[in-house]
Amino acid sequence: MELTFGKHNDIYEIVIEGDLDASSCIALDKAISEAASKGEKKILIDCTRLNYISSAGLGVFMSYLQEFENNKIKMVLYNLSEKVKNVFEILGLDTLVNIQRSKEEAIKTIDE
Amino acid sequence: MNNSNNIKVNCSTKNLKEIRTFVEASLKELSVPANDIALIVLAIDEICANFIIHSNHCNEDQEIEILIKNENQGVSIEILDQGEYFDLASYKEPELQELVKEKRKGGMGLLLVKRIMDSIEFKKENNQNVCKLFKKIKFA
Repeated sequence: MELTFGKHNDIYEIVIEGDLDASSCIALDKAISEAASKGEKKILIDCTRLNYISSAGLGVFMSYLQEFENNKIKMVLYNLSEKVKNVFEILGLDTLVNIQRSKEEAIKTIDE
Repeated sequence: MNNSNNIKVNCSTKNLKEIRTFVEASLKELSVPANDIALIVLAIDEICANFIIHSNHCNEDQEIEILIKNENQGVSIEILDQGEYFDLASYKEPELQELVKEKRKGGMGLLLVKRIMDSIEFKKENNQNVCKLFKKIKFA
């Protein structure tokens, strides 16, 4: 898995490429944690090239929900493949994690 | 026709990718439909991650073995290791809201496996831990 980072105005973006499993999830966890501690309030996660996700990857996103709600940090995932989205849906996590279809819709949601 | 395939790797989470590649290729060979392949790959990845991390504490001197075969109009999988035994009876399904509140990262893997597979069983056989999984398949 590869992560790349970008910042456009007040939006911080993490691009994930490859497989998010019990091994690679540690790097993503660190990246999200660092963004939050640097004071980022709007975090976009580009999942266009996210090929695979297991529960370890789901767990990373889930583990920030409470903290981000308390600290008014918004995290939005976008452009998930059907295969990856299905893994969220099996457990009903698509209703807890903010998932949008396109980058446009994700930015609209994060700016609300 | 019965086919079976197996792979043995060291207990490192870095090997999960290799396991998934092996499982995907084996299921393709058995003519399992693509949607089912994606789900079974995930279920096996979850069990292997649990065995590697929790039963073997990522000790790379230990090995984990995966066997895949088609039988009874489905696919059966055995995952074997010699680490600590996992007792399914002691497993309590977590509530999602509790996971969120406790900011827990783990606990959802087995839940996924239970939703995906038709049967799941853990037992001890010849000094090895065996996890048996089965999923019915409509072969084309």
